Order: sequence, then C-alpha cells, then structure tokens
Amino acid sequence: MSQEWPLWEIFIRSQHGLAHKHVGSLHAPDAEMALKNARDVYTRRNEGVSIWVVKSADITASSPDDRDVLFEPAASKIYRHPTFFPMPDEVKHL
Amino acid sequence: MNGSLFEYLLRLGDNDVVLAQRLGEWVGHGPVIEEDIALTNVGLDLLGQGRMWLTYAGEVEGEGRSEDDLAFLRDAPAFRNVQLVELPNGDFAATMARQFYFDRAHLLLLTGLARSADPRAAEIAAKAAREVAYHAERSADWVIRLGDGTEESHSRMQRALDRLWPYTGELFAADAVDLALAEAGVAPDPRGLRDPWLASVGAVLAEATLETPRGEWMQGARRGGGRQGVHTEHLGHMLAEMQFLQRAYPGAQW
Repeated sequence: MSQEWPLWEIFIRSQHGLAHKHVGSLHAPDAEMALKNARDVYTRRNEGVSIWVVKSADITASSPDDRDVLFEPAASKIYRHPTFFPMPDEVKHL
Repeated sequence: MNGSLFEYLLRLGDNDVVLAQRLGEWVGHGPVIEEDIALTNVGLDLLGQGRMWLTYAGEVEGEGRSEDDLAFLRDAPAFRNVQLVELPNGDFAATMARQFYFDRAHLLLLTGLARSADPRAAEIAAKAAREVAYHAERSADWVIRLGDGTEESHSRMQRALDRLWPYTGELFAADAVDLALAEAGVAPDPRGLRDPWLASVGAVLAEATLETPRGEWMQGARRGGGRQGVHTEHLGHMLAEMQFLQRAYPGAQW
C-alpha cells in the first residue's frame, strides 16, 4: 500500500555521556510524530534521556554478500588488537 | 467546605477515569500499532491521575471509601465527569478532537490547581500537569495533521470539532462548588480559563486550516451537566462494562 507511513529507525540515549543506541523501528507520518511515537513505544520505563529518529530509507547498509570482502581481511590481523602491549600492574583492570 | 472539596475532587477524578476507559477501548483498534500504544499511554496517565484524585476524595469524605469503591461502585448519576469525556469514541478524528478540547482545558486547570491553597491538591496537579502537557501537544499534533491533511481527513476533523463543540461549555461553567473553592483559593475559577483556552484552541485550529466552531448554545448550561450528575445515555453503558467485574465478583483482586 503506497499510503502506508514510512518506517523510522529509533535511537535512544539511555543516560548522559553514553552514545545513542539503536532500539528498534516504528511507523510514523513524519519526523515529529516519529519522535512522539518513539517516546511512547520505547521510553515508557524510563529508558532514555534523548531520542533520534532516522528514516529507514535514508540508511545505507552494507550487504551481507559483501561480508567477506569487507571484514574477512581484518580477521587475520590480530596485531591490530591492543593485547600485545604489556600492561603495568596498576591498570590491570582496565 | 469539605463537602465542596469532595464534590470537586470527584469531578477531577471522574474526568480522568472515564476518559481513560474510553481511550482503553481503542486497544487493538488503533489505526496503527504505534497509535494504539500512544492512546493507551495517555489513558494510563489519566487513570493514574484519577486514582490520586479519587483516593484523596475518599479521605476527604471520611466514610472509608477507597478509590476502587468510588470508581466501581457508583452509578452513573453519582459520577461527576463532564459529558465531553463520556461520549463514544467515534472515528479517530472524533477521539482526537475530544482529546484536544479536553487536554487544552485540562492543562489550564491543572496549572491553576498547582498553585492551590490545598497542598495535597497542588502536589497532585503539578505532577499531572507534566503528563498532560504532553497529551496536549500530541492531540494538537493530530488535529493539525488531520486538518491540514487530505480532503477526507479535513472534513472528518471539522465535523468532529463541530459536533463536540456544544460539550465544551461545561469545562468553563461555575456552580456553587466551584465558587466556594475559588473563594478559598483551592481551585481556579473555571470561567477564567475560557479565554486562554479559546486562544490556544484557536491558534491550533488556524494552523490546522480548520474553523473554530462558533455555536453559543452549550450542553448542560441550563439544567446542569455531567459535573452535576446529569449525563448522556452513553455513560451508563460505558460503566456497565467498566464496573462489570467488581459488580459481579465484589472485592475480586488479581
């Protein structure tokens, strides 16, 4: 149905200092109503301090078919992980 | 004075409980699931507010009636809500028009009550006003979208606004109860809320490309309205459903 409301992706920041996190999606006629719907659907239990809404159609996503091309080369490069640095005892629990 | 306060608290509580029940009827019938949840959310806010008012009313009355006794064991003529909130939901435009008229008046009333000389009432009103500010924004958003939407949505919204208009007079009518409480500084004089209400309703309707209805004749103006216990035929049917469980199984809990 062409009249159906567009889909929006919802991002919620759960507390100050943390990044917005994707929590799900919903339908709404426009951005303002998407914010309100997100407030009602996703923050009823005190989950957030800030909401972002983004039209799902505006998100460009990598294709699962490209997974090997994009990510496989990184798999064999364990030296890119910071685990090779000796850590002083004082910061053991970093 | 205590008698007036009791009456007044019933009016506040019954508005909330009755409208909450009406909004609850949308569960599973909303135009989209997001709207279903949003309408129910507003209903639950109102139910929470109604509980606070009715609990307080029971204490003021001093006859041991709880919020549940008051909500579930009174018959229609003992309810003190305005007729506007008991009217059937109609289509989505009618539900939103009713909500819009009510929310705008509700917010003004609670804002006034937050300055009440009665500290308990002031506290409840201040808490409720924050929720109602959101309700008022949301219903106005819908009035604007439907009014300034398609030809169909525009005409349905205008029709709903026109039909409900005669029920808005009651929101600003003052009787002996209102005057006694206004005199004591407990509640705002409802007559003083009409002009700010008209201004805020008019501004939204103008943005929505809708006409503010002009009718002078108002329901309940002569022989009293819902606040005096004179209700439409719809309230009894609604209560039959709302109260069925407590009537059939007195004291049932779960």
